[in-house]
Amino acid sequence: MKRITSTKIVVAMSGGVDSSVAAALLKEQGHDVIGITMQIWPSKKAFGGCCSLEAVDDAKAVAARLGIPHYVLNFRNVFKDKVINDFIEEYKNGRTPNPCIRCNQFIKFDHLAQKARELGAESVATGHYARIVNSKLLKGRDKKKDQSYVLYMMDQESLAHTLYPLGDLTKTEVRKLAKDLDLPVAEKAESQEICFVEEDDYGRFLKETYPEAVQPGQIVDKAGNVVGQHDGIAFFTLGQRKGIGHHKGQPKYVIRLDRENNAVVIGDKEDTLGKELIAEQVSYISGTVPKGPLAVMAKIRYNSSEVEAVLEPELCRARVTFEEAQQSITPGQSVVFYKGEEVIGGGIIS
Amino acid sequence: MKRIYLDYAATTPVHPDVAAEMQPYFSEKFGNPSSIHSFGQEAKAAVERAREQVAGLIAAQPEEIVFTSGGTEANNFAVQGIALANEDRGNHIIVSKIEHHAVLEPARFLENHGFKVTFLPVDNDGLVHPEDVQKAITDKTILVSIMHANNEIGTIEPIEEISKITKEKGVYFHTDAVQTVGSIPVDVNKLGVDLLSTSAHKLYGPKGVGALYIRKGTRLEPFIRGGGQERHRRASTENVAGIVGFGKACELAKNELQSRIDHLIPLRDKLIKGIKDNIQDVVLNGHPSIRLPKNVDITVKYVEGESMLLNLDIEGIAVSTGSACSSGALEPSHVLMATGISPELAHGSIRFTLGRLTTDEDIDRVLEVYPKIVEKLRKMSPLVKK
Repeated sequence: MKRITSTKIVVAMSGGVDSSVAAALLKEQGHDVIGITMQIWPSKKAFGGCCSLEAVDDAKAVAARLGIPHYVLNFRNVFKDKVINDFIEEYKNGRTPNPCIRCNQFIKFDHLAQKARELGAESVATGHYARIVNSKLLKGRDKKKDQSYVLYMMDQESLAHTLYPLGDLTKTEVRKLAKDLDLPVAEKAESQEICFVEEDDYGRFLKETYPEAVQPGQIVDKAGNVVGQHDGIAFFTLGQRKGIGHHKGQPKYVIRLDRENNAVVIGDKEDTLGKELIAEQVSYISGTVPKGPLAVMAKIRYNSSEVEAVLEPELCRARVTFEEAQQSITPGQSVVFYKGEEVIGGGIIS
Repeated sequence: MKRIYLDYAATTPVHPDVAAEMQPYFSEKFGNPSSIHSFGQEAKAAVERAREQVAGLIAAQPEEIVFTSGGTEANNFAVQGIALANEDRGNHIIVSKIEHHAVLEPARFLENHGFKVTFLPVDNDGLVHPEDVQKAITDKTILVSIMHANNEIGTIEPIEEISKITKEKGVYFHTDAVQTVGSIPVDVNKLGVDLLSTSAHKLYGPKGVGALYIRKGTRLEPFIRGGGQERHRRASTENVAGIVGFGKACELAKNELQSRIDHLIPLRDKLIKGIKDNIQDVVLNGHPSIRLPKNVDITVKYVEGESMLLNLDIEGIAVSTGSACSSGALEPSHVLMATGISPELAHGSIRFTLGRLTTDEDIDRVLEVYPKIVEKLRKMSPLVKK
């Protein structure tokens, strides 16, 4: 894969195995690689995620091993503004946000891309498992690791200036490469947590950071009868069974978060099922809205499988009807549309 | 590409004579100065010689010098040592808002432990006004700590005038002279200070060693407890090689001080003029004339200092934004904020600090490269006012 011309590329380095190998591969291909670690949250409050002080040190160690320049850039204000504030706002509204998607959209493909241009770099590379082929966004070759879900909001402009060097590799191959290249982070464990939330406890994060976002309230059944108390609707997500108490031996599930009454509504398993959803802030990779109705495969959260659905685009919105009823269609999460390997687009579930 | 280092306020390269002087003290003359045998004696002799050299540069008595691990420790030692030893006399401390974190943080620590701290303002040029010190002193005041020159904007503070006040009021006066010792003449008696912090690596000595000057008769508690080294004022086996290097660096600085100043001032002024002539909307931070010979700190409107720094680095030119300790976690500089500029402008600041190896050609290259970088960034900047 040697290229004839070398170009200047900024690699977003988190200090993890993936972005480290991405940087190593580009360097090996002869590119002029600059490593950048984004500092997006006060380091004292970052926990082992992509923005902790430890992550910065790891990224610096990798950059030193590769012999590439490395800088830490301060993205705190923009991160707070675009990601954290939205995260809190969404929870306050009884929705379940995906901050990684917003981070990609507003931080990596916008703010970081701007910084890269300022440094004279043509592209930004990340360690995501996804592929860009002929102006299309495709799933990563490693189906278990595929991260195209969190990249659906890319447009043609960002596709043209983004590289995913790991798209054709499996995680196992990436780990092996890290070992072969003797990268100091080869053995580092995977981090799946939200980078600014300690021990994945977002409830505690909200409570400690923005206490006004969590107010105690009532747990009610479908008929409106009060069946218990809760510490804040932000601690609940649709389909959840934990923390709502026992109800005559019958398992109960959160079926709705009622923001107006600050109430958690519970019901039976079948109440969590939904046949359709409306997505907002819908975008399409091609930049043009496809003609509907269109048969697609849809994914309604990062860890769920794709299911058959019919997509009917409307203005900035879309109606998605599932072949089979889905459990816990969660407002705030994203729905992403696929056609085979290709990402068509996606939006935020309303 | 020839790299150009213009970050001498962050650290300096060890002078070859200093490195040569240190060399025997790693493996050959490795003794512990506290040991009674000949190995210990030769190490002890080296430390005492260095003490004389350091004292000589600042017109102190050798026994008034206590070696530390650097400027930060010297500042911590001075502020906390005075506070703890003089609690019976009062609990009030005065520092300026533009002190280095190595003074501000110990002051805040004491504030959390029952002391009262006044953070004095500075004017737009970064000068502390002696009358503000006068007004701030109460009968509870035990220490005033004002830096000799600011690391970021290069302003030299009126230490002599302030010391007249502290003497009259009977208050201890400490100055953080990390940026001035070896850069401009420093005489502890002329300055009239009771304590003065200095650091070797800012004057072509090694990292990890510094000193606190403690005027005879000054009451202060040790900062590091343990053995009886440094006349019971600072425990820990001496960093002999480092101390030897520090001593040599001070001796060189004393001999070369005037020629270093004469070398730097024209280069500094050429850089300032060149930047002002070639870039619009720039402001020189700090005092226009009462400033360190090495310091050029500017604010460039509509551009982020971080972006300028990175682009200059890619061109092989090493500079800094604010103080080195805060790079990587760029908050608007507390120093610039204290001089009254807005946070947005503070983000557009950049510091060039020159040194003994800086050449006229280096400045020419900066003036060739830097305006182009600013022009490029301004074209891309969302901040530019059309």
